[in-house]
Amino acid sequence: MNEHTNAQAADAQAADAQATQPEYTPTGALVTDIPTLEVRDLHKAYHGNEVLKGVEFKVRQGQVKAVLGPSGSGKSTMLRLMALLEPADKGEILLEGKRIGVNAAGRALPEAQLAVQRRDVGMVFQKFNLFPHLTAAKNVALALTAVQKVGRAEALERAHTMLGRVGLSDRADHHPSQLSGGQQQRVAIARALVLNPKVMLFDEPTSALDPELVGEVLEVMEQLANDGMTMIVVTHEVRFARRAADEVTLFDGGVIVEQAPPEQFFDDPQHERTKKFLSHVH
Amino acid sequence: MGFDLQIFLTQLFSPVYLQGALLSIGVAVVSLIIATVIGFILAVARGSKSAVAQWLSLAYIWFFRAIPALLVLLIMWNALPQLIPGLREWGYNPFIAASVGLGLVEAAFMAEIIRSSLSSVDEGQALAGRALGMKPGSVMSKILVPQAIRIALPPTTNEFIGLIKYSSLASVISLRELLTTAQVGVNITFRYAEYYAVAIIYYLVIVSIITIIQMQIERRFHWASSLPTKKRRALKLVGAAR
Repeated sequence: MNEHTNAQAADAQAADAQATQPEYTPTGALVTDIPTLEVRDLHKAYHGNEVLKGVEFKVRQGQVKAVLGPSGSGKSTMLRLMALLEPADKGEILLEGKRIGVNAAGRALPEAQLAVQRRDVGMVFQKFNLFPHLTAAKNVALALTAVQKVGRAEALERAHTMLGRVGLSDRADHHPSQLSGGQQQRVAIARALVLNPKVMLFDEPTSALDPELVGEVLEVMEQLANDGMTMIVVTHEVRFARRAADEVTLFDGGVIVEQAPPEQFFDDPQHERTKKFLSHVH
Repeated sequence: MGFDLQIFLTQLFSPVYLQGALLSIGVAVVSLIIATVIGFILAVARGSKSAVAQWLSLAYIWFFRAIPALLVLLIMWNALPQLIPGLREWGYNPFIAASVGLGLVEAAFMAEIIRSSLSSVDEGQALAGRALGMKPGSVMSKILVPQAIRIALPPTTNEFIGLIKYSSLASVISLRELLTTAQVGVNITFRYAEYYAVAIIYYLVIVSIITIIQMQIERRFHWASSLPTKKRRALKLVGAAR
């Protein structure tokens, strides 16, 4: 009996030692064991149609996770729920280990309080959703002035810096309608980045783009990944997933079918469903 | 008794008419402001999740769409001071009665314009604002309203022109606006053609100025062509058809 307890304690100690082993992101930030963003047993249905059927998913600091899957498999819904844009029917969303989106009793928070929690999560949409009445710089600066109460001049300065990071310094004073799709999406990325989110969610960021404009957006995203940004990318871009992701996930029918590092996922998939999916996209 | 150009010109440049015209514009401006504020509240209430708010909004619109503006003005000026004694001693005058009365009626129509303008803004816009952590008030004032104004502008200008004309109803509550000014002149001189012709000129000038201002404002809200030309043209037609 005693022996058994001792063995358990030793096991726990070993696990502790493993957990405390320091791990660093490419930028040198310490990776903790607590995932930056995690969902547990996530469920969501629309009009009785169950889109998410108990999804378990997490991303750790500095990690880039690519999410693949056929249309309607629930991958975009998971992002919307993670970004607190819609309430989950069941399950938990944790940001750095702390449950978000709900109060202590598990009830959905009112919109104004959700707004505060959303500031840690950046979101990039398929259709860019830039504000057409504002210039690129003002699109990026808006959340700084409206959310972080930064002064107008400083906000615009930071917006210009951020636009420089996505290679659009010379387009700062253009309205979205004067920009190409690729440029608009890069502005949208700058707009989300300027708030220093803990994690960036990309919802099919290149799906609405002409093929020749996809590259410039993926380039910005890869740069971001190299800089150590924590990212979840829902995408159909297999090449991006292979090159930039630490882990690739296949969604189908509201559940996660397979999760693996890109080499294994693409070259040696374990599940029949994954093999079938890859045979279609390759 | 032909058309006496002398009488016409004298009246055209008389300060009395100018005063009447300014009163008409004043009533229209104040009532449009009241209508826009109430109309905005009605539009938001109509789109809210609360059944009570939706119901109240619908009830308001139903009531004021049914009641003739003339009756509302008579109630505002004659009945209200009876119900609230001492109202007139507090400075309540025909101008206030007409502006508030027309504003209350017009709000029912502005509510629909504002509601449809807000709902025509792409839903991704509010989503993007929310994703940035903006609170509902910020999303409304910084993202939705600026875009809705552009859509609401042509029909709102039509409503404003309508209000200029509706302000002539205020003659029944002894407000000396533009048409009443003409009527008073007619009653004294019986020169119908000359006095009414002056009124026509004034109304034409006022509406022309409003149209020019509308074009200026539209240009300001034209932040490049985000809408395809066809759609913009269609919107303009809708505005013109109202």
